Amino acid sequence: MPTGDISPLKRILGWLKRLDWGLVIVASLSFGAMARVLVTEGFGVAREILADDLWLYVSILPKVMLGCLIGALIRLLLSREMIERFVGEGSGLTGLAIAALIGMLFPAGPFTIFPLAVVLLASGADRGAAIAFISAWLLVGINRAIIWEMPFFGPDFVLFRFLISLPMPVLLGVWARLPLFDRFNPTIPARDDGP
Amino acid sequence: MIVLFFTLLLAAIAVGLSFLALRRGKATLSKGFADARGQFMHLLPRLTIGILGSGFIAHLMPKETVLAWFGPNSGITGTALATLAGTLTPGGPVVGYALGAAALKAGADFAQVIAYVTAWSLLTFNRMLTWELPSMPGKLIVLRAIVSLPLPFVAAWVAQVLR
Repeated sequence: MPTGDISPLKRILGWLKRLDWGLVIVASLSFGAMARVLVTEGFGVAREILADDLWLYVSILPKVMLGCLIGALIRLLLSREMIERFVGEGSGLTGLAIAALIGMLFPAGPFTIFPLAVVLLASGADRGAAIAFISAWLLVGINRAIIWEMPFFGPDFVLFRFLISLPMPVLLGVWARLPLFDRFNPTIPARDDGP
Repeated sequence: MIVLFFTLLLAAIAVGLSFLALRRGKATLSKGFADARGQFMHLLPRLTIGILGSGFIAHLMPKETVLAWFGPNSGITGTALATLAGTLTPGGPVVGYALGAAALKAGADFAQVIAYVTAWSLLTFNRMLTWELPSMPGKLIVLRAIVSLPLPFVAAWVAQVLR
């Protein structure tokens, strides 16, 4: 119990806001399941289950490390302006393909990707390119696939899912460009604040 | 064999990028290493808890229910259920993968797990509220959701045909 604080309630609320809820959910599910197996089926079964998953985890860990390093270096070497120029200039199918390729290769979190999509719209990309960019990051983002997905599913599953998803960002872009969706065209005020 | 090749490929890319960073100065390279270490330390507890937990979750998942709802004979209803489950699973990169991997171990069909992961990647409702809504125009979010809706079904179908 924290005592002597000016407003402990505020502090707790701030802490709750910053809490990683995804982690809380996974941790409660994981430890809950582990506890239940330990109580109902004993230590032997629990150890077998742990041993089953441990080897995949350990074998993927070096890739996760390399993935983190590659991601960090690309983020440092590739400037946001370069991405803007590439995606903003492309049009037609080439524009979609470039947008998808950059979404696939650019290692970033949601706090970068969604604002960047808006910047792309403001610098000349159309709604199809913005959707291709976001979808590529979500579906076939290489960094995401290596450091997050592979430890859970192993390389075979990830590679298969990756290959069948590869054309999808461009298809989504084409599909979003149909006149049918004209009324969903996002309006972004053109930027006049030069760099 | 493929796994080893892949690891070596990643290592080669990392070495190449390190050289590029070094050419820009020692500070760039050491910042890269520091960033990478920070991210890895952020990942490690999440991955450990998620992966080791998914084995226990799979063990406890009711096999008959998983088989009936998402098994090889669950068809398009199974895909629809998997898609719904994917949109309802909270965002943040661990939850969906942990549950998907657990379902796969508990007997869910490969194609339905593909549909689940696709739906969760593209459409998780929780991420739309917490990340997309504050940073993107509403029309773009709605449009992206509408055009993405058929994708989990397409992915499951392609997985079924190619498998």
